Amino acid sequence: MTAAVTGEEIVGRGLREGKYLFAQWFMRLGQAAENGEQAAYVFVMGSLAELLRAFDLHIVFPEINSLQTAVKKVSGEFLTVAEDYGYSPDVCGYVKADVAMQLQDGRHPMGRIPRPSIAVLTNACNTYLKWAEIWDRFYHIPLVTVDVPASRSAATSGQLDDAALESDRRFVEQQLRELIVQLEALTGRPLDMDRFRQVLHDTNRMTRAWARILELNRGTPSVFNALMDGTVYLGVANALRGTPEGALYFERLVEEMEYKAAHGISAIEDEQHRLIFVGVPCYPIFRRFHELFAEWGGSFVSSTYLWFAAGGMNLGFEYDLDRPIESLAEGVLRSVRAATDAMMFHDRALLEAIDVFHADGVVYHPVKSCRTVSTGLADSRRVVLQQRDVQCLYIESDMMDQRVVSEAQLKNRIDAFFEGLNSRRLRRRAQEAPVAGPDASATRVPA
Amino acid sequence: MSTTFMNETMTLLDLSPDAPLDEALAALREVVEDAEMPTVHRWREAGGKVLGHFQVYFPEELAHAAGMLPVKVRGGQMDRREADSHFGSYLCSILRSSLELALTKRLELDMFVTHPICDAARNLAGLWARNLPYPSQILYLPQNPNSAHAPEYLRNEYARVLGDIEAVSGFEVSDEALRRSMAIYNENRRLLRELYAVKRETPWLLPVDEAYVLVAVGGLIRREEHNELLRRLIPRITARSHRRQDKIRVVFEGGFCEQPPLDLLRAIAEFCYVVDDDLLIGLRWILEDAPTDTPDPLLALAEAYLDHSSYSPVQHDLRKPKEKMLLRRIRESRADAAIVAAAKMCEPGLDEQVAYMKELDTERMPYFVTEFEEKMTGFEHLQIQLETFAENILFE
Repeated sequence: MTAAVTGEEIVGRGLREGKYLFAQWFMRLGQAAENGEQAAYVFVMGSLAELLRAFDLHIVFPEINSLQTAVKKVSGEFLTVAEDYGYSPDVCGYVKADVAMQLQDGRHPMGRIPRPSIAVLTNACNTYLKWAEIWDRFYHIPLVTVDVPASRSAATSGQLDDAALESDRRFVEQQLRELIVQLEALTGRPLDMDRFRQVLHDTNRMTRAWARILELNRGTPSVFNALMDGTVYLGVANALRGTPEGALYFERLVEEMEYKAAHGISAIEDEQHRLIFVGVPCYPIFRRFHELFAEWGGSFVSSTYLWFAAGGMNLGFEYDLDRPIESLAEGVLRSVRAATDAMMFHDRALLEAIDVFHADGVVYHPVKSCRTVSTGLADSRRVVLQQRDVQCLYIESDMMDQRVVSEAQLKNRIDAFFEGLNSRRLRRRAQEAPVAGPDASATRVPA
Repeated sequence: MSTTFMNETMTLLDLSPDAPLDEALAALREVVEDAEMPTVHRWREAGGKVLGHFQVYFPEELAHAAGMLPVKVRGGQMDRREADSHFGSYLCSILRSSLELALTKRLELDMFVTHPICDAARNLAGLWARNLPYPSQILYLPQNPNSAHAPEYLRNEYARVLGDIEAVSGFEVSDEALRRSMAIYNENRRLLRELYAVKRETPWLLPVDEAYVLVAVGGLIRREEHNELLRRLIPRITARSHRRQDKIRVVFEGGFCEQPPLDLLRAIAEFCYVVDDDLLIGLRWILEDAPTDTPDPLLALAEAYLDHSSYSPVQHDLRKPKEKMLLRRIRESRADAAIVAAAKMCEPGLDEQVAYMKELDTERMPYFVTEFEEKMTGFEHLQIQLETFAENILFE
């Protein structure tokens, strides 16, 4: 960091630059749509952006497009179009928003999204498969699935160095080589290994920076909010993965976070409770959802979202540029396996996170739209409650569908959660200092 | 490890071989609907071990060759007292009722396997592991069957699962034992194809609810016993003197995972001959005999799953666009229409419904759309709608 940088310049820079880069990225997609340039549709978990970027394909993340409709408060219109087309209210809202966008020639609140020339997906989420089949029906494009076998059981979850890893890695590599053949046929040119290595190198830079950012949030107070700020960072991490701009962004973000840590600048005003978020954010009322916690001094210091939606950057795995394809296969396997562990076998990692981040509470947010993330949450909460002395909140809504988001009900539950956290804190202090009695001024209630 | 196991001739059904056909079918219906799982209890009381596998497909031959009883975990109709608190909203019934069976010890297992058929089902391995003492795992059936390397991957995955089965059962499975089991299952699938041929060619002799019972019981007993049962009953079915009625021929689609209540199938049978369906398709997934004379039986089983198999919304295979496969099923069974059903909250089923409807619209094939769930009890409304639908086709 240069001495000339002031706090005013640096604090909040990551959010400002993230939003700018994101808008630029959407603008380039719009230009690609206008010019009829080739685009690959991919998903966050196992995007294979490195390989696609090496072929200079535009990369479209339909999950990001869909969530943006919710953040921009127009998801309801999109869902209605898809439901009129025939989709049930009970299926994934991301899929439906995308279907609506396709039916409206790529019209999107951030611009215009190009049609796919190819779709590349993994089996990290089963809905990916159903979703991609829709594009196949609409556009008759090449559809390439890369099977990435995840952890087979709770007992073996998180074990990334077992003997089976190499067998699975080899299978992924074989499929990547099949994908490369398809990409060469689509683009009409061979894979440029130098370009591919450069992209991998830029992802490595992003990964190193991201690991440092996550580490910095272990301190008190937290330097970024995993729910609000984290979502912006994740957007850049995915959209600009493997680019010099993305790498520079994250290196500058480290500067910001280190500055905040050094100066005790917290993510939210007056951090009182350190929380971990489990699930997918409530995008239809994104900012308000955050405020419902922040008003009580609740700061999300970590989230499973940061684990499963970061494309494996949270793992610290760096590609070996001397074995690029083999190493990409290993990276994809590790990242997808870790992502699915974070959704299905996260108890152990969550218990560890509670300790490492000194969390006071865990907020579970299962959503109608995503059964991958949501199915096991009610059950895993029981384990956390049994094994750690933390308060848990379980609230259901959706990441897209405003119809099942009741702000009043959410507020009631969240207020009760914080009242519980505050009274627990007062009781503890009373036990620790029985003569002086509880200090009521040490807890916070919303204005 | 031992290489011998329990008496293979043990019968789990309490059914006289001489029982009249209707009496036998009624008794089988009771077994299929009995949430107390009497056949499984009988097996366990005799000292047998049980592998439970969640829908849709599992290579039961692996467990069978190790002397275990493979049981299809397919939920059921029951009051749920324990499982619901382990789940949130927006989930299908079969997840809940399957866990209810296990938590209440109605279904006691020694090993549980689930599959990545949908986002919810994959979570069952974690749920089981947190709540039940025996091993549970996911068998990652490939969703990229179009890769040239998928057969080898699946063969290795089967070998991995077989190793876990051997550890649980205490029996070492030789290639020869596996081939014997494959032959028994080949015979079973042949008999099921014969049963479906009866339904297709002479549907007035075998309504859908009775055919369903005959198939479903196979998921609860040893295949040797199921084969014997089918060999005994199919000739009696074909010898029935039932007369053909004015009913439309339909294909029922949507029963690949959660099962519709039997009374719903009976309601459909009031107005329709169901000449083909995807009910319990996992038991009929492999369409041809898996070869038993190859040097690597595991590879033969893997190739049968990938290349000689049916279709369902939960298997992604570019060679089998589901809507085209449905059309083929309709045409091959000479059906007049389709019933396009989906279990409530079943994401793959509901997604596929749209593709089916669009294709059937294009082909001008009549169809009837419905949703169901395990705990449904009233079917009057459905019957009125179906009657109207059938009459429209009959008197067109």
